Amino acid sequence: MTLLIEESAASTQKKKAHKVRGKVRLREHLMGWLFVGPFGLVFLAFLIAPLAYALYLSLWQKKLIGGTSFVFLGNYVKAFSDPTFLSGAWFVIRFSLVAIPLQIVLALAMALILDAVTSLFTRFSRLMIFLPYAIPTVIGAVMWGFLYSKSFGPLTDVFGLFGATAPDFFSSNLIFYGLINVVTWQWAGYYMIILYAALQGIDPTLYEAARMDGAGKWQVALRIKIPLIAPALLLILVFSLIGTLQFFNEPQILRYLAAGTISPGFTPNMYAYQQAFGLANFNYGSAISFALGGIVFVCVYAFLFFTRKRRSFF
Amino acid sequence: MTGSSRAGARRRPQRHLPVQIFLGFLVVYFLVPFWWVIVNSSKDAPGLFSGSNTLWFADSVDYFGNLQRLFTYDGGIYGRWILNSTLYAFAGGIGATVLAVMAGYGFAKYRFAGRRFSFSVLLGALMVPATALVIPTFMMFSGLGLTNTIWAVILPSLLNPFGVYLMHVYARDAVPDEILDAARVDGAGELRTFIQVAFPLMRPAVVTVLLLSAVASWNNYFLPLAMLSDNRLFPVTVGLGLWQGIASANNSGSTSLWSLIILGALVSVIPLIIAFFTLQRHWRGGLSVGGLR
Repeated sequence: MTLLIEESAASTQKKKAHKVRGKVRLREHLMGWLFVGPFGLVFLAFLIAPLAYALYLSLWQKKLIGGTSFVFLGNYVKAFSDPTFLSGAWFVIRFSLVAIPLQIVLALAMALILDAVTSLFTRFSRLMIFLPYAIPTVIGAVMWGFLYSKSFGPLTDVFGLFGATAPDFFSSNLIFYGLINVVTWQWAGYYMIILYAALQGIDPTLYEAARMDGAGKWQVALRIKIPLIAPALLLILVFSLIGTLQFFNEPQILRYLAAGTISPGFTPNMYAYQQAFGLANFNYGSAISFALGGIVFVCVYAFLFFTRKRRSFF
Repeated sequence: MTGSSRAGARRRPQRHLPVQIFLGFLVVYFLVPFWWVIVNSSKDAPGLFSGSNTLWFADSVDYFGNLQRLFTYDGGIYGRWILNSTLYAFAGGIGATVLAVMAGYGFAKYRFAGRRFSFSVLLGALMVPATALVIPTFMMFSGLGLTNTIWAVILPSLLNPFGVYLMHVYARDAVPDEILDAARVDGAGELRTFIQVAFPLMRPAVVTVLLLSAVASWNNYFLPLAMLSDNRLFPVTVGLGLWQGIASANNSGSTSLWSLIILGALVSVIPLIIAFFTLQRHWRGGLSVGGLR
């Protein structure tokens, strides 16, 4: 009864509102564009235009003799048969397969713990775990470069205590894990905060109900908490996928210390940078950038398609 | 779990010892690089390379001497880098936030022609790798004579599609249409309604977007690395990268540069840490928005 009354009151209010809105309907299109327009201009200038220009550039080739000529997909054919590009692409794909699950499982475990246990220590831990996100990735890489360093890093010392030789994370065998460690350190805390914020948004009465039904802590975590934060998990998965495939800053910085191990074509992004700015080969650099962008787009779209969660994200 | 602790799990007395130990390990892991930097930025070059006590202070702690060297080296270039980073972070952060707040509100509260199409283009843009844009943007700017100017760094950082998405979700949920209509009935114009009625309701998300955009600009490396060639325009990230390249190139000749890099890394992260900790309450609320839909 009361529900009905409330509902009808709400509907008259809505009708009234509709009348008011009717008066401004003509101006609504204009106002909408006035609000969205400034961003739209920036979007056109710094996203659409560069993308279109990159596509255009990638279809041409500059030769020493004869100037610039139209080669259509020639640069792409070249890229996908270029061992440096292919090995870089294969590296970031392998890297994603290890780094992303590791970071997300760690972030999820930390978020669940910090959500379930509240104490002064857990609050302190939350801040400390998040701290690396406040550090520019470049500075994070510089810091880990110090720690890995043979001449002033602590590894030799620490391993020496146990009479062992320190692993050299700059060697070609271990650089993969050295970089995994840097990336995990940098991002796990950020993902943890996003998941933690989502967990804090869950209605606690759900836990009471589950407990009444005899669910233990693990069951609450697995059957209630994780399903309810699935959209947040998906969000960080997509972001980490986009970020990892474009891997650039950390290897670029550690390159100085790991001379010989990290080549200028180590990741596709580094390769594009080297082609464009090192060798002034902007056409081929653009083609690599564009091919990489295409790979990212296809991977993310395929991922969203297979998880069938497109709606809940967007 | 022992019987006594299970029996004691009524309300409060949960000690969770394994959990606390696990967290303790993690805290150490996340803090080790900071600790190393704090300790070693107090050392002089011989102390740094002595190869002992790498995780503890040397006998002579010389922060002030090192700070003085850091800010006077090469004509005080480090101070300039910090100022440049600050300028890029503020200009890029505030500009991107203003645009994102307006566009997010526009998408959420006006039904205009082309809205659905533009919004789906925006969502597609979330998947475009930002670094794919650097090379063509450089080429465009080079044609306009804008490379190697501060605008080459500031203008591209005005683009923040994720900020628009966050603001759209937040404005849709936190700003009821009824309140906006009431303001309009009272005779407020659209702009006044936006500034005086809607904006205060969106504040938590605004702080989040501002912080995230400013941090993104402060952390930016690839874009300024490509755009700038004059080292007096570098932000601190590119500057420290440059020093690291120089120091690695002639390892023996520039041992003193290493202690400057270490202290420089420490000094450059202090502003960000302060920003995050003082604004903590505000940004965390805003972050959950994007992840809950």
